[in-house]
Amino acid sequence: RLHSLHVLSDRFQETLARNQRFTETPVKMPGADKETDLSERIESFLSELKRCGRGAGSLRDSAETARETTALLRRITAQARWGNAGELMEIIRKEGRRMTAAQPSETTVGNMVRRVLKIIREEYARSRGSSEETDQQESLHKLLTSGGSSEDNFRQHFAHLKANVIEAINELLTELEGTTDNISMQALEHIHSNEVIMTIGRSRTVEAFLKDAARKRKFHVIVAECAPFCQGHEMATSLCKEDIETTVIPDAAIFAVMSRVNKVIIGTQTVLANGGLRAVNGTHTLALAAKHHSTPLIVCAPMFKLSPQFPNEEDTFHKFVSPHEVLPFTEGEILSKVNAHCPVFDYVPPELITLFISNIGGNAPSYIYRLMSELYHPEDHELYTGK
Amino acid sequence: MADSDGRQVDSINHSTEEDVKLQEVVQAKCEGKELTKEEKQRLRKEKKQHKKNKKDDRGPPEKEKEKEKASVLAPSKPATQSPAHKAPVPVNASASESPVAAEKPAKSKAEQRAERRARQDTERASKQGKKEGGQQSASSKPKATPNELQPVVKRLPEHIQVDDPAALKKLAKKLERQQVPLRSDYGYKVSLFSHLHQYSRKNPPTQQISIPATVIHPSIVRLGLQYSQGIIAGSNARSVALLHAFKQVIQDYSTPPNEELSRDLVNKLSPYISFLSQCRPLSASMGNAIKHIKKEISNIPSQCKEEEAKRRLQECIDSYINEKIILASEAISKYAIEKISDGDVILVYGCSSLVNHILCEAFEKQRKFRVIVVDSRPRLEGREALRRLVKKGIRCTYVLISALSYILPEVSKVFLGAHALLANGYVMSRVGTSQIALVAKAYNVPVLVCCETYKFCERVQTDSFVSNELDDPDDLIVTRNGKTHLENWQTVKSLGLLNLVYDVTPPDFVDLVITDLGMIPCTSVPVVLRVKNVDQ
Repeated sequence: RLHSLHVLSDRFQETLARNQRFTETPVKMPGADKETDLSERIESFLSELKRCGRGAGSLRDSAETARETTALLRRITAQARWGNAGELMEIIRKEGRRMTAAQPSETTVGNMVRRVLKIIREEYARSRGSSEETDQQESLHKLLTSGGSSEDNFRQHFAHLKANVIEAINELLTELEGTTDNISMQALEHIHSNEVIMTIGRSRTVEAFLKDAARKRKFHVIVAECAPFCQGHEMATSLCKEDIETTVIPDAAIFAVMSRVNKVIIGTQTVLANGGLRAVNGTHTLALAAKHHSTPLIVCAPMFKLSPQFPNEEDTFHKFVSPHEVLPFTEGEILSKVNAHCPVFDYVPPELITLFISNIGGNAPSYIYRLMSELYHPEDHELYTGK
Repeated sequence: MADSDGRQVDSINHSTEEDVKLQEVVQAKCEGKELTKEEKQRLRKEKKQHKKNKKDDRGPPEKEKEKEKASVLAPSKPATQSPAHKAPVPVNASASESPVAAEKPAKSKAEQRAERRARQDTERASKQGKKEGGQQSASSKPKATPNELQPVVKRLPEHIQVDDPAALKKLAKKLERQQVPLRSDYGYKVSLFSHLHQYSRKNPPTQQISIPATVIHPSIVRLGLQYSQGIIAGSNARSVALLHAFKQVIQDYSTPPNEELSRDLVNKLSPYISFLSQCRPLSASMGNAIKHIKKEISNIPSQCKEEEAKRRLQECIDSYINEKIILASEAISKYAIEKISDGDVILVYGCSSLVNHILCEAFEKQRKFRVIVVDSRPRLEGREALRRLVKKGIRCTYVLISALSYILPEVSKVFLGAHALLANGYVMSRVGTSQIALVAKAYNVPVLVCCETYKFCERVQTDSFVSNELDDPDDLIVTRNGKTHLENWQTVKSLGLLNLVYDVTPPDFVDLVITDLGMIPCTSVPVVLRVKNVDQ
């Protein structure tokens, strides 16, 4: 019956939901209370995602997004109608596709969907009693021995599957809540006293990391402001509150001051499957400057940012926002004759990165593909059939 | 003149035999022979030398260096040997003596004296030889010696010694003497840069000057204000404005009685130059222009009439501007246009008058290309370049420097302007240039630097810290979405804002330097400097 709901266009549903809230007389479909409630929530989540984009409107913390997505998926598991694991996975995949389509650059959403799918697979396998599949890689042996395709494996019905899955998702939620603390706990292992640390833009993970280290050590931080959104300013004022010596520099001075920097610590929006990054614009320049001066580049990224995507071609990788940020409309007479670009993200290749610090510890970029296979099932890497 | 000589004689009289020479000169004077110019100079040099010998034991080395510098500067650099001017030769010789004396303190005084006497004898002989004929060969010999022994370590410029209280005190005293207002630093300075000045644009240096200014010429005051407020920016623009202001000064100058134009005008210019460097530290191009002018002024023969001298100086300034700036940019354009082919995508950074000129010329010559202008906060000079190029009709794209990695795969060439080219091949330019060169190198895009030869400078530098300029830190403050995060940065204890103006690009990032002498690699800069010095 959820299918029938989705036949109606999204916008109609949105107005429906909005009208319901406005008029206070809920339009209830007979016998579809739970589903209306559920779809309402899904719609509101989608519209939130659509509205916020990095750099415009309300900025969403990635951790928050991850938490909300997981909570929503838990609700879907609890309230939607499904008979066996296969149906549940189908529902979640559908919802996941809609959510990622709402804001393609917010990869945390897709990552959480894939995590939940993996949880379902695991719980199903455990309920069936079959041994944990440690090696999920395609191998010739597997192809020969398994014989039948694994799709019909999920058709069995288990009574406790729902409870197990919800319990596992709760564990996932607890893990998500502790990621920032786990990362900041490692701060003292990496920062010594009297260091000069450079960072760019604003990352809440790096902020917590540095503040934790500042409790015991004295060091100096240089923040590159990252035009045109200038989030570095916020970062600097926030660091100063903990009495950390901070200096704000414009982006153009990154190479000039790099010779005096001991470490570069940055956050990122996504960690790609090859160990590369999709981070705020200006990070690639920072990484190149660090490489030139042989300064280690440390990336603080929790595991929910790890995405099984590889860097796509230029057209699909970049996201742009209004060129008004770069060339304001007050420059009217030249604005019409000029192309102005304002990309939001930068690709940083894995050769420029020294270390990843995540909630499960420190890793080299060459190890990232391995971590990915522990978190996601290879069949879930593509939520879309055609992209 | 007689009085001062008399005083000199008195002070010198009660000392050792090294003053025998002086006595000779004095006797010659008493006998009625007029002291020639060289002998007057030599007298002065001897006195200084004597004082220095006395202070050798106790004087701090700085004072020596200062006197050396003063003695070398006053009659300026090795000049073209005109028949009327043999003054520079003994001066250079004696100046070269002083560093020799400083470098070998172990040598006894007698040995030094003997050395000096021998050298002066050879000079005198060479002078005789010159009088008879064969100017070039003879002049090259004495010139070779002073050049080899030219002081290698010059006095440190004041504007990078802000953390030294002694240097600050000396500067304050000098400015007081010249009646130039001292500008005070503003705001919290990042510790790495505590040796540099940091001024605020809201406190112009002219606040303490009374109107009308008595010591400083009004056109210089106006120029200083234009510099400090950023109205005139860019190394060519600043040099040209400076030279025009000097033309005005020379126009209004009148020689006071009993003074010579060649010496007095130079002394008049010193407080102006101090004032301008208080407004904004001098650029390398301005420094070279000033050196050239001072040399020209001191080369004015003493029998030249004032009007004639002024006219000659004005012509000389005009020809300097014409040759070194205007014609040089024509020559550079011609070379650079060879490097621009149809279908090129050219990246430029900020606003360089030379690069804009090259692009406009290339467009007029019907080359098909498009330009990407990269800009950076807080100066946003790229918008000015954008306006000029769009007015010409060139297709342009505009990005900020943080989007460099995105835009660079489209680019086929990078053209950069320079503020100065240092003697070790480093390019000093607007902050951000080194970043552009770095990323371009990573993407294998050729980087071409365009620079006139008058911007070549004998300094060497390896990083952007030791000698730089700090701009007003308040420029970094920006209001976005109604929120200004850094508004009260002064009140926050541990927050500093850093607004650098220049940075240095290592020569391995630069593929070619286009100058008016041709297209040279970055490492050939000292060769050009040497060639220039020999020419002069």
